Amino acid sequence: MAAGKNSAAARADGITMQRTEAAADAAGKAEAALGQTMLRRGTQSRFWWLVPTLYILFLMLPIYWLINMSFKTNTEILSTFSLWPQDPTLRNYRVIFTDPSWYSGYINSIIYVVMNTVISVSVALPAAYAFSRYRFLGDKHLFFWLLTNRMAPPAVFALPFFQLYSAFGLIDTHIAVALAHCLFNVPLAVWILEGFMSGVPKEIDETAYIDGYSFPRFFVKIFMPLIASGVGVAAFFAFMFSWVELLLARTLTTTAAKPIAATMTRTVSASGLDWGVLAAAGVLTIIPGALVIWFVRNYIAKGFALGRV
Amino acid sequence: MNKTWNNKAWFMVLPVLALVAFSAVIPLMTVVNYSVQDTFGNNVFFWAGTEWFQEILHSDRFWAAMGRNLAFSAIILCIEVSLGIFIALNMPRKGWGVPVCLVLMALPLLIPFNVVGTIWQVFGRIDIGLLGRTLAELGIAYNYVNNPVHAWVTIILMDVWHWTSLVVLLCYAGLVSIPDAYYQAAKIDGASRWAVFRYIQLPKMHRVLLIAILLRFMDSFMIYTEPFVLTGGGPGNTTTFMSIDLVKLAIGEFNLGEAAAMSIVYFLIILLMSWVFYTVMTNYGTEKR
Repeated sequence: MAAGKNSAAARADGITMQRTEAAADAAGKAEAALGQTMLRRGTQSRFWWLVPTLYILFLMLPIYWLINMSFKTNTEILSTFSLWPQDPTLRNYRVIFTDPSWYSGYINSIIYVVMNTVISVSVALPAAYAFSRYRFLGDKHLFFWLLTNRMAPPAVFALPFFQLYSAFGLIDTHIAVALAHCLFNVPLAVWILEGFMSGVPKEIDETAYIDGYSFPRFFVKIFMPLIASGVGVAAFFAFMFSWVELLLARTLTTTAAKPIAATMTRTVSASGLDWGVLAAAGVLTIIPGALVIWFVRNYIAKGFALGRV
Repeated sequence: MNKTWNNKAWFMVLPVLALVAFSAVIPLMTVVNYSVQDTFGNNVFFWAGTEWFQEILHSDRFWAAMGRNLAFSAIILCIEVSLGIFIALNMPRKGWGVPVCLVLMALPLLIPFNVVGTIWQVFGRIDIGLLGRTLAELGIAYNYVNNPVHAWVTIILMDVWHWTSLVVLLCYAGLVSIPDAYYQAAKIDGASRWAVFRYIQLPKMHRVLLIAILLRFMDSFMIYTEPFVLTGGGPGNTTTFMSIDLVKLAIGEFNLGEAAAMSIVYFLIILLMSWVFYTVMTNYGTEKR
C-alpha cells in the first residue's frame, strides 16, 4: 500500500518538476535530473533498501549460526542456548588442524579440485576458440551435446563411473575424481569461455595474422590477455563446482583421496555428535568461496548462466 | 559475428571431445547395457529387452519419486522467481551498495552442497538450532526429522535460501542493461510503476529470466546432496527425490537393471529440457547481436 502511495506521490512530484524545469529552459540538465528522479523514485520506492537488507539478513542468519557454533564447546551447544559463545574456544578448529583424518580431507579436496580446474580450462581454451571463430561440420550438435553433460544428473553417472574407474584401477585416486568432474566442468568452461571470446572482435585476429603472428604466438601474446577475465571466471567456476560436488567424489574415493565433504557426512552418521567440529569444518569449506568472491562479483551472473548474460 | 567455415577447427575441439567421451559416453554406454540385460550373478548377462523399462514405468516408487521431484521444482520455481524479481527490482543501481549486495547475496551460491545441508541441519534442529529453538519457544511443534510437512518446508526454505540469489543476480544483470532514456520516456508518459515494470523492465528481463528458470528447473530436478544430508530422504520416503532413489537402487540395493532403466528415463527428461534450454540460449543470442 505504502509503495503505491509513494509512487503516486513521486509521479505527481515528477510532473510538477518537469514543468518547472522546462520553464527554467535548461533542457539538457532538466532531462538528466529527470532521469535521476525517475531512477531514484519512480521505479523504486523510498524504502527500497529494506528489501535487500531483509533478504541479506535471511541469508546470513544460518551462516552466522554455524560460525557461532564453531566457537562453542559441545557442552555449551547442547546444554545452553546462546546467541554468541559464552566461553569462546578454538578447540574445534584445533581438532581439525591436528587430526590427519580431518585435515587430509581438505588437502585431498584441494588436490583434485586444482587438477580438475587446470585440465578443464586448458582443454576448453582451444575448443572455445574454435566454437567462437569457426563453423565446422557438426559444430552446433557438439555444442549442444556438451551442454547435456553439464545438465546430466551426477546420480546417473555414479555407478558407471565406479565401474569404469575400477577397471582402470583408479579408484581412490585424486585423478579419478578430477576426471569425473570434467563431465560437467569441461562443458561449463567451454561455454563460459565461448561467451567471453565472442565479445572479442574478429578483426583483432585478422590484424595479428597480417602482422605476421603465428597462431600459437597470437593466442598466447594477444588473445589470452584480452580474455584474461574470462579465463579467470571459467577457472573460478570450475573450481567452485568441483569444490561443492559431493556425490561423485564420495563414490570414487574410500580413504586415500577422501574429500572433506565425505569426511563431514560420515562423521554425522557414525559417532557423529561432535557438533562443534562439524560446524568448524563447515566454516572452513565456505572460506575459499568467500575469499575469491570479491574478484568475480561482476561476473557471477555470467558464470552461472554459462557465459550467456 | 560471421564465422568462417573451417573443418580444421575440429582439431581444436578434439581434446574436449576425447575427455568428455571418456567421462560421459563410456559410462552412458554401460548404463544402456545394463538397462537391457539381466543377470543371475557371476557376470553372466543375457538380453532382457524392455523388461526393466516396463518394470520402472509400472512401479509406484518411480512415479512417486518423480512426482515429488516435479512438485518440488514447481514450488521452488514459484517462490524463487517471484522473490528473485522482487529483490532485483529493489537492488541499488549505483554506489557502494552494489558490490556489497552482490557479494553478500552470492555467498550461499558458493557454499558446498553438503555444507548447505549441514548448515540447515544445525539451524533447524529443535535442540540446538536457532530456527528450531525459536519456533519451539513460540509454541510451534516443529520437527523436520519426523514430520513430513516440516521436512518439506525446511527443504524448500533451504533451497530458497541457497538459490534465490541466482535469480536475483540474473535479473539484476538484465535490469542494469536498461538505458535511462526508457525510464525518462515512461516518466513523460506518466506511466505507473506497474506499467514501467510490465512494459519496460519485464521485457528486458525476459531472456535472463528464461535462463534462470531453466537453470533452476534442471538443478532442482537433479537435487541430491542437500536433502540427502538434511533428511536422508526421510521421514519414511517423503523426501526421497529421484536422484536419492536412484543412488539407493544402484549402490544400496545393487539393482543394476532397474537403476539403469531409471537412469535412461531420467536422462531423457534432462535431454529434452537441455534442448529447450539450448534453443532459448542460442536463438535469443543471435537475435540480440
